[in-house]
Amino acid sequence: MNTRLYSKFYKYVGQSFVKAILLLLAVSILSFTLVSLSPVDPIRSYVGEVGMANLNETNLAKLEAHFGLDTPPVERYWNWLTDFIQGDMGTSLIYRQPVADVISVKFMNSFLLMITAWTCSGIIGFILGTIAGLYRGRWIDKLIKGYSLLLASTPTFWLALIFLMVFSVELKIFPIGLSVPIGVAAAEVTVLDSLRHLILPALTLSAVGVANIALHTREKMIDVMEEDYVLFARARGESQLSIVKQHALRNIALPAMTLQFASLSEIFGGSILVEQVFSYPGLGQAAVSAGLDGDIPLLLGIAVISAALVFTGNLIANILYGVIDPRIRRGSVHG
Amino acid sequence: MTCLDHKHILQIDNLSVSFTQYERGLRQIDLKVIHNLNVSVHEGELVAVVGASGSGKSLLAHSILGILPPNCNASGNIIFDGELLDAARIRQLRGKEIVLVPQSVSYLDPLQKVGLQVRKGRNDKHIRRKQEELFSLYDLPEDTGGLYPFELSGGMTRRVLLSEAMMGNPRLIIADEPTPGLHLEAAQNAMSHFRQFADQGQGVLLITHDIDLALKVADRIAVFYAGTTVEEALVTDFQSIDTLRHPYTKALWRALPQNGFHPFPGNQPYVKDMPKGCPFGPRCHQFTPECEEDIPEHIIRCGTVRCIHAE
Amino acid sequence: MDDTLVTSPLQISKRKRLNQRSKTIIYLVLGLTFLLLIAVAGTLLSHAAITTNFMQKNLLPSLQYPFGTDWLGRDMLARTLRGLSISIVIGLFASFISAMIAAILGTAAATLGKTVDEVITWLVDLVMGIPHLLLLILISFALGKGTFGVIVAVAISHWPALTRVIRAEILQLKETNYVKIAGKMGRGKLEIAVKHMVPHVFPQFLVGLILLFPHAILHEAALTFLGFGLPPEQPGIGIILSESMRYLSLGMWWLAVFPGLALLITVLLFDLAGGSLRKLIDPYSAQD
Ligand SMILES: Nc1ncnc2c1ncn2[C@@H]1O[C@H](COP(=O)(O)OP(=O)(O)OP(=O)(O)O)[C@@H](O)[C@H]1O
Ligand SMILES: [Mg+2]
Repeated sequence: MNTRLYSKFYKYVGQSFVKAILLLLAVSILSFTLVSLSPVDPIRSYVGEVGMANLNETNLAKLEAHFGLDTPPVERYWNWLTDFIQGDMGTSLIYRQPVADVISVKFMNSFLLMITAWTCSGIIGFILGTIAGLYRGRWIDKLIKGYSLLLASTPTFWLALIFLMVFSVELKIFPIGLSVPIGVAAAEVTVLDSLRHLILPALTLSAVGVANIALHTREKMIDVMEEDYVLFARARGESQLSIVKQHALRNIALPAMTLQFASLSEIFGGSILVEQVFSYPGLGQAAVSAGLDGDIPLLLGIAVISAALVFTGNLIANILYGVIDPRIRRGSVHG
Repeated sequence: MTCLDHKHILQIDNLSVSFTQYERGLRQIDLKVIHNLNVSVHEGELVAVVGASGSGKSLLAHSILGILPPNCNASGNIIFDGELLDAARIRQLRGKEIVLVPQSVSYLDPLQKVGLQVRKGRNDKHIRRKQEELFSLYDLPEDTGGLYPFELSGGMTRRVLLSEAMMGNPRLIIADEPTPGLHLEAAQNAMSHFRQFADQGQGVLLITHDIDLALKVADRIAVFYAGTTVEEALVTDFQSIDTLRHPYTKALWRALPQNGFHPFPGNQPYVKDMPKGCPFGPRCHQFTPECEEDIPEHIIRCGTVRCIHAE
Repeated sequence: MDDTLVTSPLQISKRKRLNQRSKTIIYLVLGLTFLLLIAVAGTLLSHAAITTNFMQKNLLPSLQYPFGTDWLGRDMLARTLRGLSISIVIGLFASFISAMIAAILGTAAATLGKTVDEVITWLVDLVMGIPHLLLLILISFALGKGTFGVIVAVAISHWPALTRVIRAEILQLKETNYVKIAGKMGRGKLEIAVKHMVPHVFPQFLVGLILLFPHAILHEAALTFLGFGLPPEQPGIGIILSESMRYLSLGMWWLAVFPGLALLITVLLFDLAGGSLRKLIDPYSAQD
C-alpha cells in the first residue's frame, strides 16, 4: 500500500522542483532584462573614462563584439544562458577574473556569515517566540515582543554601525573591517582571525533576524494554544508541559520551518548591508561593487545565484514539510 | 433540587458565563451567554441537556472542565461529589474523574496518531491493550490507532473520541453531541454504553439537540433556552404535555413527530438583544408584564422550572 | 433556588485590553504629526542643513546643537531633519505607488479568472525570489543609479506581499454568502464590487499601505546608504549615515546615532500604527 502513497510524495517533490527551476529561469530573464536596460555602458566601465577617450574604432568594435553589444538581446540572453549552464558566467569587469571564481570565493565567506546568523536567529527566535506566545500578556511576553518590534523597525546598517562603534571603536574587542587582516597572506589567516571578523556581522544579522522569527512564532503559538485540540488535551488532564511538548511544538514546527527557510532571502538582503559596514568580503559586498561600477556579468551572476539560494531554501522547506506533515507524506492533500 | 433521593454527582448552581467583546472595535460590551444556570446529575443517572444551537450547551461543558476561552468571565458553584470545585481542583479532576467527549472532530491533534492521543501519550502495555479493546468495542479496524485524524472518516473519529472517554475510570462523562456522523447502529451502540456506564452508579451528562434520542436513553432532561435552564424534567414527564412545566418545553413537545409535528416559529433571542426577565417572554403566549421581572426557579412535581405561570 | 446566592468566580477574563481604538488613534496621530513636523522642519531648515561653519566643526551634542555638528560644522539636527524629510517624501510616494499596483494586481488575480490568477501568483513568487535589496540594486542599476532610479526601484518592488493579501481577501469575500446571493439576485458586478467588496477590502488596503511605508523608507535608506541614487547635495538619511562611517573610527558617534535613531522612530511609529489598525479591523488576530 505504501508504494502508491510514496509515489504521490515523489510527485509532490518533483513538482516543487520543476516549479523552482522555472522560477529560476524567469529570474534570470528578469535580471538580464534589467541589466540590459541600464544606460551604464559596459565598455566605459571596463576601460574607464581615460581609456574611453583613447579607444580607437577597431578596438571599440572588438570590445563591442566581446560584450555582445552587436547581437540582438534575445540572442545575447541565449548565449549567456547556455554559457551559464556550462559554468561560464563571463568575466567580472572589476575583478578581472571569471565571475564563477569570484562568486565561489565570495560565496564561501558569505555562506559562513549567513549560515551562522540563520541558525542563531532561527533557534533563538523560535525559543523566544514560543515562550512569548505561551506566556502571552505576561512581562516576559512584553519584553520579547518589545524587543522584536523595536528590532524589526531598526535599520540593519545602522545597528551594524552602532555595534561597530561600541565593540570595535570603543571597546576594541573586534577589528574594524575586512574579514582578513590587511597584509596577511590568506594562508596565514588563522581560524581564530576569521572568527573574530565573523562575530560582529553575524551578531548584527542575528539580532535583526531574531525579531521577525520571534514575532511570527509567537503569533503561531498563540493560535495553536487556542486550538480545539489543545483545549481537549487540557480537558483530558494533560499538563501544560505535556501539551507544549506533545501538541504545540509539533504544530508550530511546520510553519516555523517554512518561516525559517523563507527568512533566507531576508538574511541575504541584510548581509549585503552588514558586509558593507564591516567591509566583509562576501557576496553582498561584491553585489554592491558590481552595481556601483557597472560590472554586469558579476551582478547578473550574483542575482541568479542568490535567487537559486532562495528557491533552494523554499524547495528544502517544501520537501521537509512533506516529510514531516503526515497529510502530505501520506498523500492526502496537495495532489 | 429534585425529589430524587439519590446522591448528587454533579450539581451546578447559578452558573454565568460572559464574554467581553468590542462592538465594531469601539465600545466594550459584556455578552452574558449563560446566566443563572442550574443543572444536576445524580448517581446512576443519565441526564440529557437539550437546547437549540447557540443556547450555551458547549460552554456549560467547557465550564465544568475549566476550558473556557480566555476572554470570558465565569462564576457559579460547581459541586462534584459533595465538593465545591474551584479552578485548581477542576484541573486535578479533569481527564480522571470527569471526562469529555468533545463536540467536533477538530478536537484531535492533526499531527499525532489517534492511538497515541487516546492513550494520552502513554505507551505501557496494559494501556495499549485497553485502547485496542475499546477500539474493537466500537468496531474500529485494528490498525486505526496508527492512523492520523485526517485518515479517519467522520464516524470513525466520533468512535475514537468515545473510546477516549472510556479509557480511564471516570465518575462523570460529559458528552457534547457525540452522535452526529454515526450511523444508527453505532449511535445506538454508543448510547447503550452510556446507559450501562450510568447504571453502574456513575453519571452521564449528554448534550444533544435531538430530543428523540434524549427521550430514549435519558433519565432526566434539562431544557436550555438562550443560556439558561428553563426546565428540568423526568423523561416520564414527556409522555404527556400536561406533565411538562415550561411553555418552551411544551412547544418543543408539540414539534415532535409523534405529537403532531407542530413547528414553533421564531428563534431564541441573540445574546446582544436579550429581553428583560424571562428570555422566552417575547415568544410566549402566556406572556404577562410580570415576566419582565426576575424569574426564580420553582420546584414542581419533582422537576424545576423557571416560569411564573408554571403549574 | 435564589438568584442572590453567593457564587464563586471560576474564571476571570484574562484579556483586559486597552481600548484598541484609542491606541490606534494615538499611534496614527503621533505618526502623522511626526511626519508633518519633519516635513515642515525639513523644508524650513534646508538652508541650515547645508550651511558650513568651520568655527563649529566636530562638536559634541550640546544645547545649541542637540545632535552635534559634523566635520564641516553643519548642524546635524538640521541635516537629520532635512534628510528624513527627503526620505519620507520618497517613502510616501513609493508606498503609494506600490499599494496601487498591489490593489490592481490583487483584484485582477481574484476576479479575472484562473489564467490571470496563475500568472500573477507566479509573478509574485518570482519577484519574491530575488532578495529584496538585490532587486532594488538591479532596478536602480537598470535606471542609471540616480535619484529617479531609487524612487522607481522602491516604488515598483514593494507590491508582492500586499498583492497576496488583497487577492486572498477578495477570493474569500467571493465565497461569502451575501456576495453570492447578491450575484444570484442579478446585481451587476460593478454594484457588488462597490457595495460589498470595497468596504471590506479597503481597510486591508489601508493597513497594507501604512505598513508599506516604513518598509519603503527603510529600503530607500539602505539603497542610498550603499551608494545608489541621491546625490550628496541632496542627502537622504542613508547618505548621512554612509558619510558618517568615515568618521566613526575617530569616535564621532553622534554623526551616526541620532540620524539613525530618528529613522528608527519614524519606522517604529508607522509599524505600530499599521499593526494597531490591523488589530482593529481583525480583532481575532494574535498581534497584541
Ligand atoms: N469565544 C467566544 N466568544 C464570544 N462568544 C462566544 C464564544 N464562544 C461561544 N460564544 C457564544 O456563546 C453562545 C453559546 O455557545 P455554545 O457553543 O455553548 O452553543 P451550543 O449550545 O453548544 O450550540 P451548538 O448546538 O451549535 O453546539 C453562542 O451564542 C456563541 O455565540
Ligand atoms: Mg455546542
